[in-house]
Amino acid sequence: MIEVTINGAAQHFPQPINVAQLVVELNLLGKRIAIERNGDIVPRSQFEAVALVSGDQLEIVVAVGGG
Amino acid sequence: MDNLNIAGREYTSRLLVGTGKYQDFEQTRLAVEASGAEIVTVAIRRTNIGQDASQPSLLDALPPSKYTYLPNTAGCYTADDAVRTLRLARELLDGHDLVKLEVLGDPKSLYPNVVETIKAAEVLIKEGFKVMVYTSDDPIIAKQLEQMGCVAVMPLASLIGSGMGILNPWNLQIIINEAKVPVIVDAGVGTASDAAIAMELGCAGVLMNTAIAGAQNPVLMASAMNKAVQAGREAFLAGRMPKKIYTASPSSPTSGVIGS
Repeated sequence: MIEVTINGAAQHFPQPINVAQLVVELNLLGKRIAIERNGDIVPRSQFEAVALVSGDQLEIVVAVGGG
Repeated sequence: MDNLNIAGREYTSRLLVGTGKYQDFEQTRLAVEASGAEIVTVAIRRTNIGQDASQPSLLDALPPSKYTYLPNTAGCYTADDAVRTLRLARELLDGHDLVKLEVLGDPKSLYPNVVETIKAAEVLIKEGFKVMVYTSDDPIIAKQLEQMGCVAVMPLASLIGSGMGILNPWNLQIIINEAKVPVIVDAGVGTASDAAIAMELGCAGVLMNTAIAGAQNPVLMASAMNKAVQAGREAFLAGRMPKKIYTASPSSPTSGVIGS
């Protein structure tokens, strides 16, 4: 099992998981998002290649209305 | 053509608008359309995990193909948070590098922390971002930000969302007179005359959100702002008549008045 923090909240996954699978798991597929992992951007092209490990800190963001 | 040039790109509208505080995306869309703005600011926020992905998003209402997105760092209080936010924004918007940097210093006044702002600008410019920077109306800081390579300097007229209008036209005038990049008044505009005054001072543009979104009729106010910015710009270009203090000058002929 791995435990990661996503947008400040702990999340558990029973199996090893990469970023692309995470996007599906979180129902974010097709949404325009950007992901930061441990302070570094994960480019969309790298979603498949980047596997999550326990302790990872993830930020997943969208564009919203703002001034 | 009297276009606004930012980082080598021409815009016909000198009004830049925010997209926050609207009732819904439809009202956002209608207000932005009425404003005539080509540049719209957006905020970057954590996504709601578990939300339905088919929910409409801001990007549907304001397609990035039609508008130039200006992601901001609203809510950031450190240079580090601002830099991270804009790196995420660049990834989110497919490499788009025109950004609005703002680093706040105090949650009550939302006054900019210029020390953190300068730190963040340094990193962002080094990483190839084109930085439009929100700052105080301090002419020395404004100049410093320009010399660092910011593509536009955006001093406040008054506090963000306050609608108090232009409180220090004298400082803004110094900034405008000295600047070699566009000076855009950002924050504090309350109504159309404020926007016109900013443009009459010689600002290259005005950026606003609450003045439109917080009006009783946002779409109508957006239209008013559109006209005010154009009117102010034309008045600036036309060059106003000199003020003659306590000296009246009749507009009609002084001779030939009947009964004389």
